[in-house]
Amino acid sequence: MADLKTKFLGISSPNPFWLASAPPTDKAYNVNRAFAAGWGGVVWKTLGEDPPIVNVSGPRYSTLLSNDRRVIGFNNIELITDRPLQTNLDEMRQVKKDWPDRAVVASVMLPMNEESWAKYLPMIEDTGVDGFELNFGCPHGMSERGMGAAVGQVPEYIQMATEWAKKASSIPVIVKLTPNVASVVPPAKAALDGGADAVSLINTINSIMRVDYDSLTMYPTTDGMGTHGGYCGEAVKPIALNMVAEIARNKETRGLPISGIGGISDWRDAVDFLALGASNVQVCTAAMVYGFRIIDDLTDGLSSFLDDKQLTLEQLVGKAVPSVTDWQYLNLNYVEKAVINQDLCIQCGRCHVVCEDTSHQAITHTVNGVRRFEVIDSECVGCNLCVSVCPVDSCITMTQLTGGVDPRTGRAISKERLQWTAHPNNPMRKTD
Amino acid sequence: MAGNAEIRAGRLSKAEIDDNFADLHPPLTRSEALIEADRCYFCYDAPCTTACPTGIDIPAFIQKIRSDNLRGSARTILSENIMGGMCARVCPTEVLCEEACVRNTHEEKPVEIGLLQRYATDPVFEHSDQLFQRAVATGKKVAVVGGGPAGLSCAHRLAVLGHNVTIFNRDSKLGGLNEYGIAAYKAIDDFAQTEVDYILSIGGIEVRNNLMLGVNFGLEDLRQEYDAVFLGVGLALSNNLGVEGEDLDGVVNAIEYIAKLRQAADKSTLPVGRKIVVIGGGMTAIDVAVQSKRLGAEEVHMVYRRGPEQMSASVFEQALAQTSGVTLHHWASPARILGDDFVTGVEFDVDRSDGGVRLDADVVFKAIGQRMDGNGLASLASESGRFIVDEHQKTSSDKVWAGGDCVVGGNDLTVSAVQHGKIAAISIDRTLRNR
Ligand SMILES: Cc1cc2nc3c(=O)[nH]c(=O)nc-3n(C[C@H](O)[C@H](O)[C@H](O)COP(=O)(O)OP(=O)(O)OC[C@H]3O[C@@H](n4cnc5c(N)ncnc54)[C@H](O)[C@@H]3O)c2cc1C
Ligand SMILES: Cc1cc2nc3c(=O)[nH]c(=O)nc-3n(C[C@H](O)[C@H](O)[C@H](O)COP(=O)(O)O)c2cc1C
Ligand code: SF4
Repeated sequence: MADLKTKFLGISSPNPFWLASAPPTDKAYNVNRAFAAGWGGVVWKTLGEDPPIVNVSGPRYSTLLSNDRRVIGFNNIELITDRPLQTNLDEMRQVKKDWPDRAVVASVMLPMNEESWAKYLPMIEDTGVDGFELNFGCPHGMSERGMGAAVGQVPEYIQMATEWAKKASSIPVIVKLTPNVASVVPPAKAALDGGADAVSLINTINSIMRVDYDSLTMYPTTDGMGTHGGYCGEAVKPIALNMVAEIARNKETRGLPISGIGGISDWRDAVDFLALGASNVQVCTAAMVYGFRIIDDLTDGLSSFLDDKQLTLEQLVGKAVPSVTDWQYLNLNYVEKAVINQDLCIQCGRCHVVCEDTSHQAITHTVNGVRRFEVIDSECVGCNLCVSVCPVDSCITMTQLTGGVDPRTGRAISKERLQWTAHPNNPMRKTD
Repeated sequence: MAGNAEIRAGRLSKAEIDDNFADLHPPLTRSEALIEADRCYFCYDAPCTTACPTGIDIPAFIQKIRSDNLRGSARTILSENIMGGMCARVCPTEVLCEEACVRNTHEEKPVEIGLLQRYATDPVFEHSDQLFQRAVATGKKVAVVGGGPAGLSCAHRLAVLGHNVTIFNRDSKLGGLNEYGIAAYKAIDDFAQTEVDYILSIGGIEVRNNLMLGVNFGLEDLRQEYDAVFLGVGLALSNNLGVEGEDLDGVVNAIEYIAKLRQAADKSTLPVGRKIVVIGGGMTAIDVAVQSKRLGAEEVHMVYRRGPEQMSASVFEQALAQTSGVTLHHWASPARILGDDFVTGVEFDVDRSDGGVRLDADVVFKAIGQRMDGNGLASLASESGRFIVDEHQKTSSDKVWAGGDCVVGGNDLTVSAVQHGKIAAISIDRTLRNR
């Protein structure tokens, strides 16, 4: 079994799976259960100044569900910890003592003045925690008070607060970024410039789940009124992956260690984040939906995968980053066609109707009077829609044309790369 | 069936009998329905729809179940098949829509279309939710003879299209075999009458029960008085075995016994034999065998003259008989029914060299098929005792359409009768509007 031991910013943990700062890491009781189940580390539920904030006593959570009530997306309006600071500190100290091999990182959210950072960070560091995570991401409630995402959306503030944090502490500082920005690169760059040791992302995305179809109010509400929450869970993974990859490949931020967060629920999700540049990962929603026992599949699946691929964890990190580029650098001479395996085809006809209605009219529904779905190569643009909707695994595959003529365009298949930057249709093309 | 002490009521307690006649396929809960609906692939030009004799847009109604739009789902179903409620209960789906489901190819388990159809339509009947509206009155009058599935379907569609309909029906209740024939555990809680009431609630349909064509009135009277006539008289007569002993006490017409069973307020009062032999291989044979067993008969043998593949009862129905404790025999025809005053047994010719076989019996059910009562209808072209119709259900006679079991080319299913009635109504409407 591949070794999953991880050192992130010098903080070691038996595996790269940490619980993200959230209800699963709210107090010693939960964290002890998580460590007993096998989690590698925790980022403690975000600490703030006393007196503690107050949460609503109505619904904090709601979900986007499949018909068999599988949770696809998750929304919350919970604030940071609602317990007194000292209670948290005492418990963190004890937990770190009881679980010396696990990572315990303190998440903090403080007002935008240097005194607060200088006052609280040393107190927290004294508990023996391994690092800080600065919560610049909470998109609801706290942001109305000038903290959380309100800081994370202004690169100058990120840099300033990161500098204060670095000054007031001697342990690694991770800056947790908000996805509620036009581009994640400037905030990551600001964290780097402020001296951050790493960034973690994503925090949750502004969201309203739906309306109540009876009352026609938003849903859920607290006494008839609601507010936007933060969206997370499986549905947000693609958004998080893009942001992670952007930071990993951008020349301004490349090399900055990343803790990947957002929608991780099985080991494959972790592979996605690691290969796209994260050095470890954090999980919240999946634990809130299934409990801590999912760690078993996460670790077991990842380690078998590494065995199969004969890779170490470090070798996996960033492996897919070089494959991410801008659209303008894609090879426009490359041609694929869909191929339907008639032995596997169950005749549902979905590929036909979607290609017919919304793509390129490239799939038959009858051939010689018989129900049969075949790709018409002279129409197929290789878009992958049919593959995406086919209910049978591997029934439709995309196959590269390596020679001859593309029957759709009538043009010979060229082995030369042709990017948009040099394409004859591009008025701004670079000619050399 | 009087006289023989072996034939008596109370072989089982009322509670046991109630249990035996409970819903054969209990309805889906909302969770079950949503999960099952999710299994539908929403096929293009869906094979299930093609396989449904009434052409219900099955993926469309299932999609509406997924979005909790049950009224829309029911409308999709009932606008093609006004008896979508009964059909959800009685259709042999394993040889119709569900046989065509592409999930069979994928995982050998079709989407439970029948149960979903019931889930979507049950609330409509429960709340008498009127989903249809009558078109502007045409002033035309149509006579429908027979108030079974074919006649009711035709009448409903005609009423929706704005015509006035009068149903002439031999029985004292509407519904035909839905009311008097279908196995009791397939349509519990008087569903047949609930459905009849729903159909009539559209308005414009006058009902005259206890009137028989050929006895109380003739086809010519109707042709004179009405703009069009639809015949949905079913198959009123049962075939005879034509063997010695057929007249003995204890030899019973299965259809008549089932009708009594269906009409009994308390099934535990029905007399039932101890040893029963059923002769036949169709739905009627299966139903009388299974229901006798469930009423408490000790031994039930069902004997068919050919093999399991030739039985018109589906594989599912045959399995139901076997799991209910009925013994199936094949390749045996009755040679003689034995007994003096009462039946004591049946002797069979068997397609084997070792000759005949004998089964003891105190009741012998005849279930070898029905035929039409052509009384008063001889003017219409027919073949093998059924009316010949064209693709619009039009008979050889001016102004006369026909459908259901009484026409050539059907498959003796409720759903086909409904389709015939619908097609006839559309054709009648076109004709009356001169289109
Ligand atoms: C025991 C049994 C079980 C069955 N089980 C199933 C099943 O599980 N699933 C399935 O799909 N099908 C089943 N069928 C078949 C199904 O019931 C019939 O195909 C269907 O009822 C035919 O409808 P219909 O309208 O043509 O005739 P019927 O239902 O027979 O209705 C005929 C109507 O016409 C009336 N009538 C008859 N003669 C006259 C007359 N001279 N004048 C006026 N009115 C007249 C009768 O009163 C009756 O109302 C079963 C049939 C039987 C006998
Ligand atoms: C109920 C709830 C409370 C959260 N509270 C915090 C918090 O206090 N501090 C923080 O940094 N992130 C908080 N988060 C965000 C998570 O740590 C995490 O970044 C986000 O949920 C995405 O990961 P996931 O898809 O695995 O849930 C919270 C999330 C949820 C669902
Ligand atoms: S790849 Fe796109 S264009 Fe080609 S057949 Fe599939 S859906 Fe149609």
